[in-house]
Amino acid sequence: MIEIVPRGTMRPRIAILIPVIAGLAALLLAAVPLAFAGAPILPAYAQMASGVFGSMFTVTETLTRATPLIFTGLAAAIAFRARLWNIGGEGQLYLGALAAVWVGTGMIDGPPILMIPLVLAAGAAAGAVGLLGPALLKTRFGADEVVTSLLLNFIILIFVQMMLEGAFKDPMGLGWPQSEPILDSAVLPTLVDRMRLHAGFLIAIAVALVAHAVLAYTVWGFRIRAVGGNAAAARHAGIGVKRTILGVAIMSGACAGLAGVSEVAGLKGYLTSDLSPGFGYAGIVVAMLAGLSPIGVIAASLFVASVFVGADSMSRAMGVSSFLADLIVSMSLICMLVGGFFARFRLRRRTTRAP
Amino acid sequence: MSGSILAMRGMTKRFGPLLAADSIDLDLYRGEVLALLGENGAGKTTLMNMLFGEYTPDAGEVRIRFPGGDEEILPPGQPQAAISARIGMVHQHFTLAENLTVLDNILLGTEPLFSPKRSRRRARAGLHRLMETSGLNAPLDVRIRNLSVGERQRVEVLKALYREARILVLDEPTAVLTPQEADSLFAAIRDLLGDGLSVIFISHKLREVLAFSDRIMVLRHGRMIGEMPTSEADAGGIVRMMVGEEQARVDRTVGKPGAPALGLAEISVPASRGHRGLFDVSLTIHEGEILGVAGVAGNGQSTLAQITSGLLQPGQGTISIGGRDVRRLSPARALREGIGRIPEDRHQDGIVADMSVAENLVIERLDSPEIQRQGILRRSAIAAHARTLIDAHDIRGPGPQARTALLSGGNIQKLILARVLEAQPGIILANQPTRGLDVRAASEVSRRLIEARDRGAGVLLISEDLDEILTLSDRILVMHNGRIAETKSRDRAVIGAMMTGGAAA
Repeated sequence: MIEIVPRGTMRPRIAILIPVIAGLAALLLAAVPLAFAGAPILPAYAQMASGVFGSMFTVTETLTRATPLIFTGLAAAIAFRARLWNIGGEGQLYLGALAAVWVGTGMIDGPPILMIPLVLAAGAAAGAVGLLGPALLKTRFGADEVVTSLLLNFIILIFVQMMLEGAFKDPMGLGWPQSEPILDSAVLPTLVDRMRLHAGFLIAIAVALVAHAVLAYTVWGFRIRAVGGNAAAARHAGIGVKRTILGVAIMSGACAGLAGVSEVAGLKGYLTSDLSPGFGYAGIVVAMLAGLSPIGVIAASLFVASVFVGADSMSRAMGVSSFLADLIVSMSLICMLVGGFFARFRLRRRTTRAP
Repeated sequence: MSGSILAMRGMTKRFGPLLAADSIDLDLYRGEVLALLGENGAGKTTLMNMLFGEYTPDAGEVRIRFPGGDEEILPPGQPQAAISARIGMVHQHFTLAENLTVLDNILLGTEPLFSPKRSRRRARAGLHRLMETSGLNAPLDVRIRNLSVGERQRVEVLKALYREARILVLDEPTAVLTPQEADSLFAAIRDLLGDGLSVIFISHKLREVLAFSDRIMVLRHGRMIGEMPTSEADAGGIVRMMVGEEQARVDRTVGKPGAPALGLAEISVPASRGHRGLFDVSLTIHEGEILGVAGVAGNGQSTLAQITSGLLQPGQGTISIGGRDVRRLSPARALREGIGRIPEDRHQDGIVADMSVAENLVIERLDSPEIQRQGILRRSAIAAHARTLIDAHDIRGPGPQARTALLSGGNIQKLILARVLEAQPGIILANQPTRGLDVRAASEVSRRLIEARDRGAGVLLISEDLDEILTLSDRILVMHNGRIAETKSRDRAVIGAMMTGGAAA
């Protein structure tokens, strides 16, 4: 018989090592489906690596891809810290994008110094409102936010499609369901000449650092951690649990909303209903890989983005399916969960006495 | 083991430093009801979980005698073996799938997983026969969610009987039943004893034990303290055995009561899923006294504590602090008004296990300027504060920055006590403050409570440990069935009778 025995303390070094090992293990395990797909394994890995690190272009592309993941990863990490299960990052992202388009396509105009913060604020507010609804239903009526926030994703997406066919439709768009372009004064500047990497990346890093500081160094963060750790004890200690949850909903929704702003105002320039290939959902994976740490979210986003960009490049060169990227990300999550288990428990062989 | 159908010998189970069961012997005879009594944590449930294979004992063996005369030692730690030895257990908390019908629940686990055809008709006929002979009736095609708790309890028993249990363990079967439902359950089970069923019955309700059982065993601190035929038992004697007459752990000193500190007037709370009801509860705690509330668990003490902590708003009645009426008492308000609270369940309500010891020490005073400045935590001040309290209260563990989960139960209680006493509260609610603690930790807690009283605090001490109440309290209240009564007596038998619903003396 094998017994599961909890370990005493977890050393911080192990806490950092686990996701790294998990990521590497997932990359190694990817050899199995690669072999099944009939691709030469070592050249495939080489192609994947050069697809990420090969040139200035590939590196900036990876960072560009990581940008929305940092935002949605933060949205999930912050909410999950308080045990608010926000599965609605995708919808909040679209709300943020919609608000950015609403404010940024001619409602008002001004210098970038005014317009960029305004667009960001509008998107963050819209995202916050998107999660505040489910959070209020949770605190008022005990409605399960997993269900409400998830279902809201589809409602919001359909609403966005409606707006793109109606009020927000670009009259110069040749009939395509897309918004008018964001005004030049509201576009996030690019960071490197002739590359797509934009200021949204720096904003994402800054938001992650702020989130880390809030959680670790402020009373507000203390309350969030207490409510997430043990809501009953937090309530007993006089912490306003419902207020804390609503506040967390605003922070989390705002992060997801910023992902939408960053994609519209930084990358695409206008809104379509295929703005996000599931960044909201991928954010959940990123947050779990990061162990719900905001700093970890940055690293996990870079990893997930590298896998996606690298696998894209590999699939083009080798003719294997680009779904391999999803497979690697999923496997790294499983490896992470297994690794987390072994960090907290050890297995002990138990000798059973004969009766 | 002449005549017994079940013999447990030397059953021992240790959880870390706690000896939950200490070489307990138990015999069960054919056709009898054996009542197992003891305070919370006395080891009753631990013992039954070892019988049922849910815990693996550290030592001891379970012997089963079959009707033919064969004997078998149950392999430890295997519920399947207990089931095939025809031991059935009805847990305190129901183990029914709410969205399935009664029939489905009863058959669950008895059918082969991949059998192509389910012999429902045969099962149904068998169940109808069983219901007829046992007198336990349940509507087979109704979903569990639509049944009352009494009906659900009957389904649990039917489930065990359907598996042809010869030994039935009932763990506080009436905790959620009305007296009428309980009576009908007992009557039905009584009828089955003639057919060779034997019952082990765990309960806190002495009246039921005296009415329903044939033999009584009392456990205390994991050891078997005594055993007697029910016909020779009386309530007072049983209570004495349950709570013990050990030497007082702390010398009793007398407080000097001053002005009223906390008053509850005619507080009533309707019963609900989460808590027992209270009826017209009035009490006054004075400065400088310890007011003890005795009673068997589940008679409304938790509800009283929730109201005093600010976690629950009473339906009726008023709360006054220092002579002023307080309209809505919330936990934050209670803290501001100087009520220090030691919660009953320290793990659930007392600490955030994943946060550090230092953080748990300041969790009740986040607004204090010593802890924060403009919303920013003063981390070094918090750490220094933690070191001071850890030294003063001898909180042992890996240090102030370690996760609180790593502390032992006794040290977690010291942490909570340190946090409460540091605020110099005028009123202290101590709900089961020494439950589960070893003697030394318990006497430390008692000493601190007396110190606080001598400094002028009014202490409301709720405890199931009658010794503790008698040793510490200046005045004693007894709770029974959501009502409260004061007693001048310090006689165990008198208080014991009040705890079981007898008249006040």
